[in-house]
Amino acid sequence: MRHGRYPFIVGFLAIPVAIYVTFVIGPYAQAFYLATTNWRGVSANPKFVGLENFERLLSDDIFWKAIRHHVVLLLAMPLLTIAIALFFAFMLNVGGGSRGGVMTGVRGSKFYRVVFFFPQVLAVVIVGVIFSRVYAPDDSGLLNGALGLFGADPVLFMANPRVALWSIVGVLVWQAVGFYVVLFSAGMASVPRDIYEAATIDGAGRSAMFFRITLPLLWDTLQVAWVYLGIAAFDAFAIVQVLSVDQGGPDGATTVLGMEIYRNAFSYSQFGYASAMGVALFFLTITFAALTLRVSRRDTIEL
Amino acid sequence: MTTEIAPSAPAAPAGAGKAGAKAGSTLGRRREVGLLSSLGHIALAVWAILVIAPLLWTILASFKSNTEIFLGNPFALPKEFGFGSYARAWSEAHVGRYFLNSVFVVSLSTAGTMLFGAMAAYVLARYPFPGNRVIYYLFVSGLAFPVFLALVPLFLVVNNLGLLNTYTGLILVYIAYSLPFTVFFLAAFFKTLPQSVAEAAMIDGASHTRLFFQIMVPMARPGLVSIAIFNIIGQWNQYLLPVALMQGQGADAKWVLTQGIASISTSAGYEADWAALFAALTLSILPMIIVYAVFQRQIQSGLTSGAVK
Repeated sequence: MRHGRYPFIVGFLAIPVAIYVTFVIGPYAQAFYLATTNWRGVSANPKFVGLENFERLLSDDIFWKAIRHHVVLLLAMPLLTIAIALFFAFMLNVGGGSRGGVMTGVRGSKFYRVVFFFPQVLAVVIVGVIFSRVYAPDDSGLLNGALGLFGADPVLFMANPRVALWSIVGVLVWQAVGFYVVLFSAGMASVPRDIYEAATIDGAGRSAMFFRITLPLLWDTLQVAWVYLGIAAFDAFAIVQVLSVDQGGPDGATTVLGMEIYRNAFSYSQFGYASAMGVALFFLTITFAALTLRVSRRDTIEL
Repeated sequence: MTTEIAPSAPAAPAGAGKAGAKAGSTLGRRREVGLLSSLGHIALAVWAILVIAPLLWTILASFKSNTEIFLGNPFALPKEFGFGSYARAWSEAHVGRYFLNSVFVVSLSTAGTMLFGAMAAYVLARYPFPGNRVIYYLFVSGLAFPVFLALVPLFLVVNNLGLLNTYTGLILVYIAYSLPFTVFFLAAFFKTLPQSVAEAAMIDGASHTRLFFQIMVPMARPGLVSIAIFNIIGQWNQYLLPVALMQGQGADAKWVLTQGIASISTSAGYEADWAALFAALTLSILPMIIVYAVFQRQIQSGLTSGAVK
């Protein structure tokens, strides 16, 4: 049994660990170092500048714009997605009332679940390009074409700085809802049926069932959903790069940290500064995840 | 449908007075339920339309001429179903090449991810040795870091290895960034497999390697399938990594589909060939619709497997 154990362990771990350390751990570690240099890729050796990059970051307007956009995304996207997905998941699982003691969904539940989930399978980039045409500023766009039929003036979805970020939130929600409908459905399916049965006997309506039974029992899943969506809100790079005017415009109205990191690294070759932004993004993400898990901690209801 | 809740309510074993009060409130509730469920039905139907409309519109527009796209009613059917835009998208805009590049990269990277991920997860889950936990947490910690943090140094590392603009580099990087979740998920899965089978095999003289490939991997199939689907879709849809690692002169011959579509979208604006853009989009959506239609259940459970623990 013990024979050849260590050679086996080493043999199985060597390649995965080597790949992982080279391409993931190594770069992550280097990022913290690069963030304290002014390296622009040209000079042979990066020069150490301490916290200069971070000082510059704090007085960088575009950085603060990006942060503000993350705050908007962080609040609006999870809130809208979770609210819509919860409502749909409830309709699809419990909305049909009880049939022989089992809670069922409304008619067509299966069809809805399949359709709603589909956008999740598509690449964000593909979705972004589709919506760049859906949001087209003239009648050739799906939405403005539809508005035109009612005689409304075209909306400049991506060109109007006050609308642009919300248009992006719309796309992100459009894509995410189906995933969370399926996720919440799985959570709802695990609620024991006798709880709903008992509630039905007590004459509980559907909204009472939703707020008194489904929601509290789904708390853990909701927490996971919020963390996932929050992390997605700190990304949003692909959609902004493909969909927005001037990659983050108009005039920085939709830019996000990922976009600025990419721009600073590959357009301006400011490797040090881009890494400093990456470090800032890392701390923001970690803080968010830790805060969410802490604030939303509640006693789990034992079944 | 609304009547299905009501009959059980009066049957509730309750005091007479209580039952009376309940009957009154059930009526009110029934109305509330009726309103809620018709609103719910409308909302579901509206969302289904919101999901389907942009996709259907894209597919229809791929058959239209530029004049139809710009001056026609956006909801009109195309005048004739021509495939000229598809020919242009496939050959001139190179969608075909990007598509095959994606297939090539993702098949190798997913295969590699599964092989190396399963090997590492298996050893970490079932073979206690000094440093086991350190390596395990090294892998899992990768879940907490945003890829953007690594972007610049990763570019430099790949560049120093001479792997910029190569499939090898892209595939290795895909594997590396898929390992944290794969190892995390599969380690939990391998832990649940029974020890008795492994012991029996060892007594029969199977080596550790044989035990893994011939007994453990087949037993872990459900978990492997879920995580394989998760990785295939994740790597197929990856954008940031290829955009960062496949750039510069001559790189466009090796672009993957997501990069290609993004670039066609930009150039469609200059060349005003919107029909070809819609055709390119359709070519990238349709395979997903087909695959999704066939493996819908597995895809849903594979993608949500990370969240349901």
